[in-house]
Amino acid sequence: MKKKEAAGPLTVLQKSPTSIQGLDEITGGGLPKGRPTLVCGGAGCGKTLFAMEFLVRGATIYNEPGVFISFEETEKELTANVASLGFDLDNLVKRKKIWLEHIHIERSEYQQSGEYDLEGLFIRIHLAIESVGAKRVVLDTIESLFAELPNPLILRAELRRLFRWLKRKGVTTIVTAERGDGTLTRQGLEEYVSDCVILLDHRVNDQSSIRRLRIVKYRGSTHGTNEYPFLIDEDGFSVLPVTSIGLNYFSSPDRISTGIQRLDTMLSGKGYFRSSTVLVSGTAGTGKTSIAASFAEAACKRGERVLYFTFEESPSQLVRNMRSIGIDLDPWAKKGLLQFHATRPTLYGLETHLTTSIKLINKFNPSIVILDPINGFMIGENKFEVKTMLLRLVDFLKMKRVTAFFTSLTSATDNMEIPDVYISSLIDTWLLLRDIEIGGERNRGLYVLKSRGMAHSNQIREFRLTNHGIELLDVYVGADGVLTGSARLSQETKDDAEQLLRQQEIGSKQFSLERKRDAMEAQIIVLRSEFEAEQSEALKVINIEKARNERFTQDKVKMAKSRRGDVYVKTAVTSRKK
Amino acid sequence: MKIKVIKKNKAGRSAAASVKRDRETWVLRLYVAGQIPKTVTAFNNLKVICEDQLKGHYVIEVVDLVKHPKFAHDDQILAVPTLVRKSPLPERNVIGDLSNTERVLAGLDLVAH
Repeated sequence: MKKKEAAGPLTVLQKSPTSIQGLDEITGGGLPKGRPTLVCGGAGCGKTLFAMEFLVRGATIYNEPGVFISFEETEKELTANVASLGFDLDNLVKRKKIWLEHIHIERSEYQQSGEYDLEGLFIRIHLAIESVGAKRVVLDTIESLFAELPNPLILRAELRRLFRWLKRKGVTTIVTAERGDGTLTRQGLEEYVSDCVILLDHRVNDQSSIRRLRIVKYRGSTHGTNEYPFLIDEDGFSVLPVTSIGLNYFSSPDRISTGIQRLDTMLSGKGYFRSSTVLVSGTAGTGKTSIAASFAEAACKRGERVLYFTFEESPSQLVRNMRSIGIDLDPWAKKGLLQFHATRPTLYGLETHLTTSIKLINKFNPSIVILDPINGFMIGENKFEVKTMLLRLVDFLKMKRVTAFFTSLTSATDNMEIPDVYISSLIDTWLLLRDIEIGGERNRGLYVLKSRGMAHSNQIREFRLTNHGIELLDVYVGADGVLTGSARLSQETKDDAEQLLRQQEIGSKQFSLERKRDAMEAQIIVLRSEFEAEQSEALKVINIEKARNERFTQDKVKMAKSRRGDVYVKTAVTSRKK
Repeated sequence: MKIKVIKKNKAGRSAAASVKRDRETWVLRLYVAGQIPKTVTAFNNLKVICEDQLKGHYVIEVVDLVKHPKFAHDDQILAVPTLVRKSPLPERNVIGDLSNTERVLAGLDLVAH
């Protein structure tokens, strides 16, 4: 960064794009234009191909003709060698896009007498450049001159002059060189060609080969400094600068169905996040592939493309097996929505797997990628490498907004989570499949170990593979713990019987209560009628007493009247009060 | 062929002692790059050796690669000056300005006197 700022926009180094997949990303646009670049590495690391691809791409894509000066292979050999990579050199040579020049010398033929120079070589290169109007030149492998010509001192001086001369001509040059013992090149060419040095490496780890590229030096330009895996295949050279992606990818709020309704429910009702990373882990035979297949089928039904890497089963076996649980993947494969890619993980090194995967993904452009299972990669103690590889793949997929779905086989004896811990950080949604052994049977339990960014269920579900797909059932959680399978069934019947009994009891209690109420109400009626009878009797007595009382008063009044006493008034008042 | 024939002398007069081979003509081709001092030195050195060893039956062809660059390709020439013994066969090569006579004689398989 600092370098870039210091250079400023005005003096930015011009670059010559290589169009080698990924390389232009690392170099920030290609090799230094008009300057020599040193490509070094051991035997068979791909120097010649690297250089050739640079020329061919230049000639075909950027209309920059090139000259290939070969000190090792003849024109015919070169043409044949790169034909396997899809480069038609003959045609390019005929169209004057590329000039092949084989320089052949044998030391035994030469006797030196006095000083010489390499003007002959200069003239040949000059002629070649002039013949096609070349903008790019490759010298492969110029160091062999040291083996073939006497007097290395003269040679060194001449090579230095050659590189300066090429620079003056303004051609972008690649000089290849064999890696020396403890030095980048045997003859110390890096001292002369110092604008850009690229180191190719081919090593073997655990019996699988890994190719890596590193930019040792790039004068006047920022560049990626890591070792990048690269691949040579039928499409040529490709470098994987995946580690440069980083963590600034877009995170989609979209959700996609898992293909299993109740699993969607467990993941807060909507399923996985799009472009998230899903891991299903479990012991053998817990149904990891089935969950993957359900997901694939659901995606195909939505019209999305699915790329399915299978590392254990052949596609036809997978299709057949999935059919037995009611998932038919065949029509989708025929439609072209689903593409299988089956390889043995041990067949290639990790980098090759990674690069081929990425190429396939780029070609097919799927919205979902399934890797089933990722364990095959873990051979010996290469967990770190596997993690790095998956990290690169996950980053790449996230950048492409592809949903990644991995399955992982865990050993039954291990603690379920431990074998996967080291990739846990990469995973957004982690489903765990577990064996639950109760009552002499083995059943499958599923739960969501984690799911970033959603309120997922904390429940264990029984996971059943039926002939119409995957079913998730509530497990029985009772006093005896979690029950599944027939234990769950028997517990459920027991529960049902108990419930029935309880219902009956309730019924009979209600009934007796009704009866009691009836009895009570009958009693109330009796009491009331008794009361009413008593009441009317009492009223009768009261009336009689009243009448008697009245008559007594009247009699008194009458008596008073007849006695003409003053009692009259008093009586009148009392009667009014009544 | 655009070869500048410098000297052709078939008559084998004296100097018989120094002739190693029989009377067959030696064809020596000198590849140079331009009229530069090194070219002149090489040519002069060669001429001295030839007069000394092959007097009367040698031919020197000088090819200036600057003028005829195609020869560099066709004859696989890298270093200049390069001296090639075209005849008698097999071809033999010497590179350099031919200042070391012994090396030239060894390179051309001419036994020194």
